Amino acid sequence: MNKKILAGPYLVWMIGFVIIPLALIVYYGLTDRSGAFTMANVLSITKPEHIKALMLSLALSFISTVICLLLAFPLSMILRNRGMGKGSFIVFLFILPMWMNFLLRTLAWQTLLEKNGVINGILTALGLPRQNLINTPGAIVLGMVYNFLPFMVLPIYNVLCKIDDNTVNAARDLGAGFWQTLIHIWIPLSLPGIISGITMVFVPALTTFVISNLLGGSKILLIGNVIEQEFMKSSNWNLGSGLSLVLMVFILISMALIAKYDKNGEGSTF
Amino acid sequence: MKKTLLILSAAGLSAMLLAGCGGQTGSASQGSGSSELYVYNWGEYIDESVIEEFEEETGITVVYDLFETNEEMYPIIEAGAVSYDVVCPSDYMIQKMRKNNLLAEINFDNVPNISQIDPAYMEMSKAFDPENKYSVPYCWGTVGILYNTKRLEELGVEPPSKWADLWDERLSGEILMQDSVRDAFMVALKKDGFSMNSTSVEELQQAKQALVEQKPLVQAYVIDQVRDKMIGGEAAVGVIYSGEMLYIQEEAANLGLDYTLEYVLPEEGTNLWLDSWVIPANAKNKENAEKWIDFLCRPEIAKKNFEYITYPTPNKGTFDLLDEELQNNKTVFPDTDTLVNCEVFEYMGDETDAIYNDLWKEVKSN
Repeated sequence: MNKKILAGPYLVWMIGFVIIPLALIVYYGLTDRSGAFTMANVLSITKPEHIKALMLSLALSFISTVICLLLAFPLSMILRNRGMGKGSFIVFLFILPMWMNFLLRTLAWQTLLEKNGVINGILTALGLPRQNLINTPGAIVLGMVYNFLPFMVLPIYNVLCKIDDNTVNAARDLGAGFWQTLIHIWIPLSLPGIISGITMVFVPALTTFVISNLLGGSKILLIGNVIEQEFMKSSNWNLGSGLSLVLMVFILISMALIAKYDKNGEGSTF
Repeated sequence: MKKTLLILSAAGLSAMLLAGCGGQTGSASQGSGSSELYVYNWGEYIDESVIEEFEEETGITVVYDLFETNEEMYPIIEAGAVSYDVVCPSDYMIQKMRKNNLLAEINFDNVPNISQIDPAYMEMSKAFDPENKYSVPYCWGTVGILYNTKRLEELGVEPPSKWADLWDERLSGEILMQDSVRDAFMVALKKDGFSMNSTSVEELQQAKQALVEQKPLVQAYVIDQVRDKMIGGEAAVGVIYSGEMLYIQEEAANLGLDYTLEYVLPEEGTNLWLDSWVIPANAKNKENAEKWIDFLCRPEIAKKNFEYITYPTPNKGTFDLLDEELQNNKTVFPDTDTLVNCEVFEYMGDETDAIYNDLWKEVKSN
């Protein structure tokens, strides 16, 4: 009983800030401006400009997720093998920038990548030609990787830390080389963390509109930007909600993936 | 049983929470004697000390909220969940609100300082408020091209004088466009000599095509950042609101830039815009709202706001208080004869709005 009382505030929170907003999105998404039921908002995802934005979002967030994974796995291995002391200091360094506002950090990248920005300043000082860095898909991928990398590192690091050294030693003892240990021990045992990391990077990358606005100069339209535009500029909450429902399908898929591979919640970040 | 009780109490609690949010405004509905005022304004669109002064003088507590775009503000007023007493939308949005019966008539007996507003702007307001019954002008201005003289010289391009110059291929990667549907289409429509309130599908298609052609030349679509990017020398030309010019000139002088930034009104004509105070139909504290509007029309108060916002003021009492140098600043206060080809945005109905928005998405996704 006591425990149930403690769950009360949580329940209020969930109803007030999760269930009700979700219900509102579903309501707006499935009605038109007059309030009549319609599927048009959801089906409008098939319009060429929406499909294009969705495909571009999927492509950029996929690339970002792969890059994050390729960076995070070796890093987590290094961190684990460092042992607690030094390892946790590096983990701390990783979390440190997260104390700073996400928008500010992205704006900082803007200053770095600009035409007259820091990076081009260094290049010209070295006598190298200026690069056109900002307002490109590459800049958006960079922003995604930078902002979401910690969400990949932490869950992988967590599961790697829980792998018993004896398991690894046993594999070595039985003659497995580095690659064999990696493929048969490290990767399978850290799969919950990897899956959790992938969703934690892929989902926010798929839905972002801030990064593409700031580092893409609003020239590159992602699905998140389309939804933002419907809410903020076109006053069309119905269409915005309908497209959000479509995006939710992708989020549900990734949640199903987590549920399948991470049954014990081992890969949870915190 | 216990479980149901818990869920019920949780539901009850959340209902109370929600009622609490909505109830804030409900409790303020004591009619004329109320001491609250809900203001909904653009960001950075008032000298905040003016709010304090108003509170001190009248004893009214001001609840001050901000919006970033007209389109963001509209559904909130329409839904009426929070009833604001006084709002500051732009011309075409006032027209839309008026047509959809969202505005209350202002009782000008309570706004004696309306006499301070230059009649020319009341005339201009008639484009969206034909009988001058619903709105009191607050700020106005034009949209034009800001250019970096030195950068243009380096590129060997003569200074722009018309919108069509923004399609010059030598300016590839050097153009900053406004990231808003109406402003972007205004540029493209005006370039070809059409009205910026065009509802003709062929004209809009042509404008869209022009914007698609221009896109490779555009460095970025931004709103407020045009100012800082131009000061930072990031681009050669940018589409900008005239009100930013005072800040830009001041900042350029402070930083000792080795280039100058000039503003030009394109000869094809441009957008002449007006932001005015209006009172929503569901306002709970209408008299307080009228006090607020009257207070802001006082020349000294409007001068304070002008100095903070730097957007041109329609208040002739304030204009007379300004330095002569500022009065003669043609960028801020252009001569009326240079504005002949200018137009005020009009609300063209939800269907036409939807066409504009769809075409803009096509430009962006291209």
